[in-house]
Amino acid sequence: MRVPLSWLRELLADAPPDDDLVRVLPTLGLAVESVERVGDPLDGVVVARVLDIAPIEGADKIRLVQVDAGGGEDDPVAVVCGAWNFAVGDLVPLATVGTVLPGDFQIAQRRLKGVTSNGMLCAADELGLGADHAGIFVLGRGSVDGLEPGRPFVAATGLGPDTVLDLEVNGNRPDCQSMIGVARDLAARFGLDVVRPEVLYPIVAEADIAGGAARPTVEIDAPEGCGRFLARVLTGVSVGPSPLWLARRVELAGMRAISNVVDVSNYVMLEWGQPNHAYDLAALPGRGLRVRWARGGERLVTLDGVDRTLSDSDLLICDAEDAPVGLAGVMGGASSEIGDATTDVLVELAWFDAMTVARTSKRLNLRSEASARFERGTDPEVLEEAADRFSTLLGASGVATVEGDVVVGEAPARTRVTLRPARVNALLGTTMGDDEIVGHLDALGFSVAGPLPGAGGAPASAGEVTAYDVTVPSWRPDSSAEIDLVEEVARLHGYDRIPRTVPVSSRTGRLTHHQRARRGLRQVVAGTGASEAWTTTFLSAGDVARVGLDIEGTLRVTNPLVADESQLRPSLLPGLLAAAAYNASHRQADLALFEIGRTFRRPPVAPGAEADRLPDEREELGILLAGRDAVAATEVWQAVAEGLGLAEVELVTAAAPGLHPTRCAQILVGGKPVGWVGEVDPAVVEAVGLTGRVGWVEARLDRLLAERPPVQLHPVSRFPSSDIDLAFEVVDDVPAAAVERTLRREGGELVVDTWLFDVYRGAPVAEGHRSLGFTVRFQAADRTLTDDEVATARTRLIDSVTSTHGATLRG
Amino acid sequence: MTALSELAELSDLAAEVVAAVSAASTVEELRALDAAALGKKGPLAQRKAQLGGLAPDDRRVVGQALNAAKEAIEAAVQSRRRTLEAGARAALLEAERLDLTEVGRARRRGHLHLVTQTRDELEDVFVGMGFQVAEGPEVETDWHNFEALNIPPAHPARSAFDTLYVDWGEPESTVLRTHTSPVQIRVMTTQEPPIYSVMPGRVYRQDTPDASHLPNFHQIEGLVVDRGITFGDLAGTIDLFTEAYFGRGIRSRLRPSYFPFTEPSAEFDITCPFCGGEGCRTCGRTGWIELGGCGMVHPNVFRAVGYDPEVWSGYAFGFGIDRLAMNRHGIDDIRELIVGDIRFLEQF
Repeated sequence: MRVPLSWLRELLADAPPDDDLVRVLPTLGLAVESVERVGDPLDGVVVARVLDIAPIEGADKIRLVQVDAGGGEDDPVAVVCGAWNFAVGDLVPLATVGTVLPGDFQIAQRRLKGVTSNGMLCAADELGLGADHAGIFVLGRGSVDGLEPGRPFVAATGLGPDTVLDLEVNGNRPDCQSMIGVARDLAARFGLDVVRPEVLYPIVAEADIAGGAARPTVEIDAPEGCGRFLARVLTGVSVGPSPLWLARRVELAGMRAISNVVDVSNYVMLEWGQPNHAYDLAALPGRGLRVRWARGGERLVTLDGVDRTLSDSDLLICDAEDAPVGLAGVMGGASSEIGDATTDVLVELAWFDAMTVARTSKRLNLRSEASARFERGTDPEVLEEAADRFSTLLGASGVATVEGDVVVGEAPARTRVTLRPARVNALLGTTMGDDEIVGHLDALGFSVAGPLPGAGGAPASAGEVTAYDVTVPSWRPDSSAEIDLVEEVARLHGYDRIPRTVPVSSRTGRLTHHQRARRGLRQVVAGTGASEAWTTTFLSAGDVARVGLDIEGTLRVTNPLVADESQLRPSLLPGLLAAAAYNASHRQADLALFEIGRTFRRPPVAPGAEADRLPDEREELGILLAGRDAVAATEVWQAVAEGLGLAEVELVTAAAPGLHPTRCAQILVGGKPVGWVGEVDPAVVEAVGLTGRVGWVEARLDRLLAERPPVQLHPVSRFPSSDIDLAFEVVDDVPAAAVERTLRREGGELVVDTWLFDVYRGAPVAEGHRSLGFTVRFQAADRTLTDDEVATARTRLIDSVTSTHGATLRG
Repeated sequence: MTALSELAELSDLAAEVVAAVSAASTVEELRALDAAALGKKGPLAQRKAQLGGLAPDDRRVVGQALNAAKEAIEAAVQSRRRTLEAGARAALLEAERLDLTEVGRARRRGHLHLVTQTRDELEDVFVGMGFQVAEGPEVETDWHNFEALNIPPAHPARSAFDTLYVDWGEPESTVLRTHTSPVQIRVMTTQEPPIYSVMPGRVYRQDTPDASHLPNFHQIEGLVVDRGITFGDLAGTIDLFTEAYFGRGIRSRLRPSYFPFTEPSAEFDITCPFCGGEGCRTCGRTGWIELGGCGMVHPNVFRAVGYDPEVWSGYAFGFGIDRLAMNRHGIDDIRELIVGDIRFLEQF
């Protein structure tokens, strides 16, 4: 909401200086986004009437202009001018000799081509009024009230310095989308009075209506959509430019000045928050209007020239012959638009249902200054006052007679709310007295009656008021419950005057097991050299398909901003691949990235009756090793498993989408699948523009970080251990992990550790086989093992591995 | 052999051995000289064995001279050994010399993302104030994200959220949460008061990416529900947090605002940490930086989760994690946070 302070001051008696207003507005909830100073004092610039224009000998671009600058036709001022857009009789701004124009441009007497110029006729931009340099700023023509030659320009035109505040108005305060609303809030805070603007042009009595035309008729067939409707006819209107001051205010408030009728309509809306619509009465057959719901499929061409198809939830204004002429509260129709030839105007001021306007505006994606106000709720009692303001303002420029006025519908009774002063203090933490609370509400236009002894079920003790009966002003649709009044009291009292206290938490502040374990996981992964990235949740369908994931199982955003961001990631892989590719393209290869984030999947079964059922959402870990292979990934995974203290970790050779078909294993922890380790499929690597191998680890956090019972100490044996090395020739299909499992299982308690120390392929090992060398460490908790015991165990291990895996012991 | 000549010989012998010892160039040579001079068959030992043949007085004098010669040789050996050992050690160390600046770039250290670091730090401050940390789903029901938060269907405030919808269930019944507030609802529908919780996480808006907007970003939100909680408590909590996180001298202020799920509602600003309130480029010369929104939990929200607003009162507050991190570290463009550029990630 752009508020020219000159306008605001007109509505606010004895307003404090600008700086105080700017300081106080945010404390009322009206944040000041910007303070813009416009215009200049323009001392020395006066209104002048062009008396004569004559060529200058030897010059073809400039002319000698004689103007009346207040001295009358007998005492003209001669100025040289290079513009050609004006004629004799025009009223123009003259910067007299000695004037300093914006930009420190000093006007002096000058001689050009043998003539003397005593000043300068000004273009708008030379006066600091916009960028228009097309020609001299023509203010009017002939004799215009207020624009008498010689009158100081600023006084005559109202185009003096002004300050425009851009206020951020909260959604619950439609009343503050108007000058009067802002003035009311300031008046309440500063204890000032709101000044009601002068109203002229009383309505002509029916009997006196010249021409004898009947008053217009108004019918409301949709009372749920339209509670009140005022139609006023103004005749003898001459459409033309607005007075300069009015056009300027409309423009400073952020709208375009168009013509007196349209500008006045906007001016009234800006000042009173009451949108209104002016029709060319001549284009309304039957001099009547009807408000009804649209019929599905009905059409209307709106003022913006768009042919719109309507639904039965849209509210229409129709003419007396039932043809649509406007989309209620949103935009008028093109057929009855005010034009240059309009002489009779019907102005509509209505109170429309906020939800109805919001629905239509949203459905048609058509937002206007009117709909923005209606959809938040307008004042049902302001129609008459706004209509009078309309005729007064138009009367000042358009010479109109107010011929008829019809009002249909009653304003609803004002909302009444019961307010308990004790509740106000209990919620705010204040100790305000009743008079202070009542005073705040009263200043804001709420009328407080009562006390209501015994209201709220509690009997009033002597001298204690338990509740007041508060009537909400018609312009405050946001206030309908006690809590709304609590907010009003707090707002006017001032948030900064409420004493600050700190409640003592009765809860133990701590992280959950999962949260602590997740922090640990991050540290462990970072400890392997990987840096954490946060990649976007959104993927394109191509991203999903590229990593071999099923697009059918992926959730889709139904209204994405761009099609490339329509899928919710089912895996962290595409995001991290994209990050790695970005880095590679910036010559940052061979790096490790990880992410912990949510992934989303459509569960196999559609949502059932449970209202709260949501799709599968998981927290996952992804680690990407650019330039490193599956072995490196496995080592990183081992470091993670070790760092988390995981027990019963297994890798099972298997294939997963997007991963290298022969360099991939599923991770099991305690027998449950937790994730995958291996390498990204070379085809995927190539498709994202990377080269070399890309190692990959992924795991779901719910299983990875599952809470486990505390580790119980396994006493460290104080007796010596014995190591033996065993090398087996094993066919390639048998995973090394399977052989190691057999060794561990068969060794039982005596085997305290095993590790793979050598893998060898080539002669003399048979083709399709490799040699796996394991070290097995024997140790007993209670004694030194004898050579015999170790030898027996060794034989048992060899037998078991050879029989289980078809392996042979290498000599 | 006279005692006198004996003494002279001893003196010569000792001087000779000491000279040889001092000239020894290796530990091995020294050891041989030592053994030769002081060994069981060495000259001193032989002379000692012959002491019995001397007159008692001579025996004493020669005995003393023998001891003195022995001590002189021992001292010389010891001194020479120290010198030789020190030299050998110095030579060895010299041979081991390394130029550590020849060492190439070490393996990269992993870094936690700035958003994670900021989030952890915020969580820690609140945990210290007695808050728990709660989390919830990013794909949410319309009820949790809007309705229970006093934003019924067709409420005009909905348009301000630029909601992204997910193709799940009835049309527009499932959303990508537009704020962390639905976690408030999840906490309240699963726990009894008192509640002291903060809720960090990723949220979504239909925003065109630019320097200050992303369609996914991060918020943290706080919720307190207890008996007798006041607006003054809210203002005090924000003040306490502000000082704990940003440091001494950083204050907060509340300005009236509007959110459907709180009333009274406020936006809160903090003293600009860059200029300490003097006014600078970062704060637009106001001395304040806008941080987030807050307010007293609206009675309708309590009703939606089955709490009696006459018994319980509470407050909620929330702000952007990314924005906070950006402010603190001089990051002008939020998109930097999400690209995954290692040159960015490794700076924090």
